[in-house]
Amino acid sequence: MANADWKTYKPLLLPNIKNLHEIDVYEKNGGYKALRTVLENKDSKWTKENVTNEVKSAGLRGRGGAGFNTGLKWSFMPKPDGGPRYIAANGDESEPGTFKDRQIFEYNPHLFIEGALIAAYAMSITSVYVYIRGEYNSWIQKLQKAVDDAYKKGYIGKNVLGSGMDIDLYVHKGAGAYICGEESSLMESLEGKRAYPRIKPPFPAQRGIWGRPTTINNIETLSNVPLIINNGASWYSSMGAEKHPGPVLYGLSGHINKPGVYEFTTGMLITDLLNEVAGGMRNGKKLKALVPGGSSTPILRADQIDGVRMDAESLRQVGSMMGTAGMLFLDEDTDIVDFLWRITHFYHHESCGQCTPCREGTGWLEKLLLKIKNGEGEIRDLDILLDLCTQMEGRTVCALADAAAWPVRYTITRFREEFESRCKNTIFATA
Amino acid sequence: MEIAFDKNDLNEIEKIKAKYPTNMAAVMAVLWYAQEKFGHLETEAQNLVAHSLDLPEAHVYGVASFYTQYFKKKKGKYVFDVCTCFSCQVCGGYDILHYLEEKLGIKAGETTEDGLFSIEEAECLGACGYAPVMQITNDIYVNHLTRDKVDKVIDGLREGKMPEFESIPLPQHQTEEN
Repeated sequence: MANADWKTYKPLLLPNIKNLHEIDVYEKNGGYKALRTVLENKDSKWTKENVTNEVKSAGLRGRGGAGFNTGLKWSFMPKPDGGPRYIAANGDESEPGTFKDRQIFEYNPHLFIEGALIAAYAMSITSVYVYIRGEYNSWIQKLQKAVDDAYKKGYIGKNVLGSGMDIDLYVHKGAGAYICGEESSLMESLEGKRAYPRIKPPFPAQRGIWGRPTTINNIETLSNVPLIINNGASWYSSMGAEKHPGPVLYGLSGHINKPGVYEFTTGMLITDLLNEVAGGMRNGKKLKALVPGGSSTPILRADQIDGVRMDAESLRQVGSMMGTAGMLFLDEDTDIVDFLWRITHFYHHESCGQCTPCREGTGWLEKLLLKIKNGEGEIRDLDILLDLCTQMEGRTVCALADAAAWPVRYTITRFREEFESRCKNTIFATA
Repeated sequence: MEIAFDKNDLNEIEKIKAKYPTNMAAVMAVLWYAQEKFGHLETEAQNLVAHSLDLPEAHVYGVASFYTQYFKKKKGKYVFDVCTCFSCQVCGGYDILHYLEEKLGIKAGETTEDGLFSIEEAECLGACGYAPVMQITNDIYVNHLTRDKVDKVIDGLREGKMPEFESIPLPQHQTEEN
């Protein structure tokens, strides 16, 4: 097992070094070495193409939810034409159950900045915008302080470390809209508009912010880049799950003894995370269900998690997804109907309203679940809900409709008896 | 009430504009700036933002109304955004919300008569491991809420004391000392 030795794992993204958020401490601990290395480009080892290829062959996959190969994404950027090109770093972090990127802003902001700058070098980009959800005001200030310090030391700004490259990095504060975590919506928001997702294609690499080539990466994803440069792709890809390697921040929450953000490699057994890392369920209760990667990832019943690992492939086999690795554990007393209703309320509230199936569909999901929760539901409502999901999935500009439909589809399918027991008997019930 | 940006404000707005290639892109940051200054963003303040960026008023209204953190109406001096979403829901977020409602004698979405407190039910605030959580006036997070903690926060705010930022140590940093 690639990660059988997780008990001795030493965090790399959030290492246990006091005051690492301070630039001097970061530098003393090898910080900005990777950036220096690539900018120096000794013996042409670190050409822009080589940096991208190294990240690609390391197998780093996006940590924001979709899990796409990061280096491959970078390679989609067209050749520079002299006009502006952008990175938009996605720190919107608003998928319920997710609270990992804020730890990077708080404990290791320079690692992220360094990763973003290396990405900027690799893609010939001169402006990086970091989009952070408005609620994270405290963490925005922390990152801004780190950015200011990095400017002062010449890591950002004109002629970075004497390389001749100019790179600017701006922190952009959101204002409370889940949809801004969707990459095309994030770009609209950056442009100062209502955050309505865009139709793809064109993809951001072709036409991104202000119509120019743009790459959007998650904060945690970019924070992995200096590790890859310093230690090499094969070192990186040997960590954790073969097809989804590297360190990852697991956000554990819910009815467990020791919630919090933990760093291990990918491919951790869910049972290890629950029983050993999180100290088991609170008050000696039994596990009822787990949502493994944020609210939109399909829920798993307690009897589905044995032997399942936290990586894209292992979770797919059991009918779920890695998402953001924001794991919510629910105990046996959880009212699953009430729980699902609250999720539908969230998506109804956060639907941007652009596409009819989502704007109307999320509302109907919520209404029907409220009806069932209040004991007014009928068994046929469950099938109407599933039918609604089918009418929403894949029929909208962005994936919010899918994200809203999946929890409904899988929670009803995997806990059908509990939903039925809350419904009134109807003439359809005995059919 | 007549509201306006003074010279210093206009300087700050210029600095914001310099971060972006278009004036339009500065709208969110300038709306934040105006909300800091005026406390909330009624139509007059939105229009002021529009004029300062040379944008149509309707565009700025469109943006302001899209994002929940912009206060389109006057709210209390302290706004409690109580998270009841997902992890907070299953860890007692609603108990905290209802306790606050009872204590202040108002419902979510309302403001106390003295104009001091508003309560809002918030969607996921991104503090799931520290549930239940609330945020005070778009700023400080208060984690691991209990009724006691709510009482203390309110007593403090009545004396004008905002709780301080609480840094929650990472569990792996607590176990092994360096």
